[in-house]
Amino acid sequence: MSTTKKTFAVAGAVATALAAMTATQAAAAAKEKCYGVSVAGGNDCAAGPGTTCAGTSTVDYQGNAWTLVPAGTCETMDVPAMADGTERKGSLAPLERDLPA
Amino acid sequence: MTTQQAASHLPARPGVGYKPQHYAAIMEDAGSVDWLEIHAENYMGDGGRPLAQLRHLSEKFPISVHGVGLSIGGEAPLDPDHLARLKHLLGWLKPASFSEHLAWSTHDSHFFNDLLPLPYTGATLQRICDHIDQLQAVTGTQMLLENPSSYLAFAESTWAEPDFLAEVARRTGCGLLLDVNNVFVSATNLGFSPQGYIDAFALEQVGEIHLGGHDEDTDDHGKPLLIDSHGAEVVDPVWALLDYTLDRAGPKPVLVEWDTDVPDWPVLESEAARAATALARLPMAAQ
Amino acid sequence: MSEQMTAAPITQAAFTQAMLDARQPVPEGLLDGQGHPAGRRFSVYRNNVAVSLTEALHEGFPVIAKLLGKANMDGLAGIYLRAHPPKSPLMMHYGEDFPDFLAGMEQLAHLGYLADVARLELAIRRSYHAADATAIDPDWLGAQAPETLMMARLIPAPAVQVVRSPWPIFDIWRFNTDDDAPQPQAQGQDVVVLRPEFDPQPAPLDPGAATFVDSLHHAPLGAAAEQAATEVPDFDLGQTLALLLGGHALCHLTHAPNEQDLT
Repeated sequence: MSTTKKTFAVAGAVATALAAMTATQAAAAAKEKCYGVSVAGGNDCAAGPGTTCAGTSTVDYQGNAWTLVPAGTCETMDVPAMADGTERKGSLAPLERDLPA
Repeated sequence: MTTQQAASHLPARPGVGYKPQHYAAIMEDAGSVDWLEIHAENYMGDGGRPLAQLRHLSEKFPISVHGVGLSIGGEAPLDPDHLARLKHLLGWLKPASFSEHLAWSTHDSHFFNDLLPLPYTGATLQRICDHIDQLQAVTGTQMLLENPSSYLAFAESTWAEPDFLAEVARRTGCGLLLDVNNVFVSATNLGFSPQGYIDAFALEQVGEIHLGGHDEDTDDHGKPLLIDSHGAEVVDPVWALLDYTLDRAGPKPVLVEWDTDVPDWPVLESEAARAATALARLPMAAQ
Repeated sequence: MSEQMTAAPITQAAFTQAMLDARQPVPEGLLDGQGHPAGRRFSVYRNNVAVSLTEALHEGFPVIAKLLGKANMDGLAGIYLRAHPPKSPLMMHYGEDFPDFLAGMEQLAHLGYLADVARLELAIRRSYHAADATAIDPDWLGAQAPETLMMARLIPAPAVQVVRSPWPIFDIWRFNTDDDAPQPQAQGQDVVVLRPEFDPQPAPLDPGAATFVDSLHHAPLGAAAEQAATEVPDFDLGQTLALLLGGHALCHLTHAPNEQDLT
């Protein structure tokens, strides 16, 4: 593509973006409140109630001693298997190639 | 008795620990609450809602900055990065008061997110005074040091806690923050008289009083073990200990802390209203 | 009194070691106030540290906690908090190593998406606390000559975060945060976290858009668009710009956060 063509392609995309924005902003405004007031917990100076729960069991905290028990939404959520998640990392190929054949 | 507000420009009125979920209610009608306390570390991000809210709140209310992460009692030197962050926060916010804890929370560069206990010895006294000297020099702020909740005692301790705190204040020029619930919790757990502790405390150095709720548990011998959970209403014996303290100290800024299972605003406000009642019965309150 | 004065000091190293490992004895010289050994009272500190850091991980990674369930998350937190205690007293940053930790757990190898979902949750938290910045006025863009647009420097706001993944991490995140969300599709997803005001909003990115956003950090608009188009020939610049402008994600170079404000 020539420099002139590229320049007009970018200018055209900006015009398209500005035209599309009114709708986008309306959608964004509607979602403004969905996060509540704080994303993650912070610091405080309270002690954890109770003395007999976490921290006092004499379990082995080595990673290889831990067992996954069936629980959580990972049990019910349907994530179709993908051959190998790590293989695609860093790839520049279009993401569509990951769609199942 | 003295009315001096050591190291604090807070009004001798009720305040509460600020929780973001109460923002709208507070801005609309704070009721009995005349000032707010924030935990310093939660306002050390680069921007966003926490800092925007704090800027708005500080235009309407005196703010007390309460640090929970400096590890003043730590064996290691104070974290220079954290000192710089504190200096920055205190610099732009210009709060009415700044306080930290007689405790440690960092060891070997790891922060344990809890206020851990100290023995009261000549060595720890020196270390804490050095750290407070450094903190006050770096920030240019006179700080208040808070008495801890204790679950155990150190055999190596050679100082009683009120004497230790008074000596730190004398050597460093810092003020003290007297947490009356912590006194009650420690007195119950270690078997001393809470009134005796108040009698021994350097009340003229107190710039702020804290109240909070605690949990009840038992130790190995079935004796009560109170946990400073900040997750419930202040109990009647602690209110009584507040009255006992105010009778001797005169009017002071009184804060209600509620950090876990935080209730809706009206519940917290009613705790502040009760603190207002305790302050109003003092003969000097009208002046 | 002489007994007290001869008691050996308990170092904070010894206290810490016993605190993090309940199989170790309570350090000698800790008492109950009546001269008896502190015993179970020491557990208050063991408990406080473990509970507060476990809760911090639950709050920082709510979708991971939901995906794995409370019991699994608690167990993982118990391992993680001992292997990776906070390096900073700012709990807002805790869990930076959690994605890699999850990726390294053999027991979770069949849930290959977990680490990237955790990276997305970290990105949301970073966005929430990121510096404020003034977004460019879209009308300014519209008023520029095409040649000026090509050379314009539009810097992503500090709150803008990009997470690339071979897994459908946006779908998985949405499925666990929105009751009406559909099941995840089998596709890789790049996600941008936008913060139009104060609330971070993850949005899926079209192919090539992640490269475009990353390129904007060091290249003018024209060059960034070209880099994305080199990677993905049918990269849709208009749609990506609309998303970013609507999310107040782009700033003038001069309006990037002032370092002086942060120190």
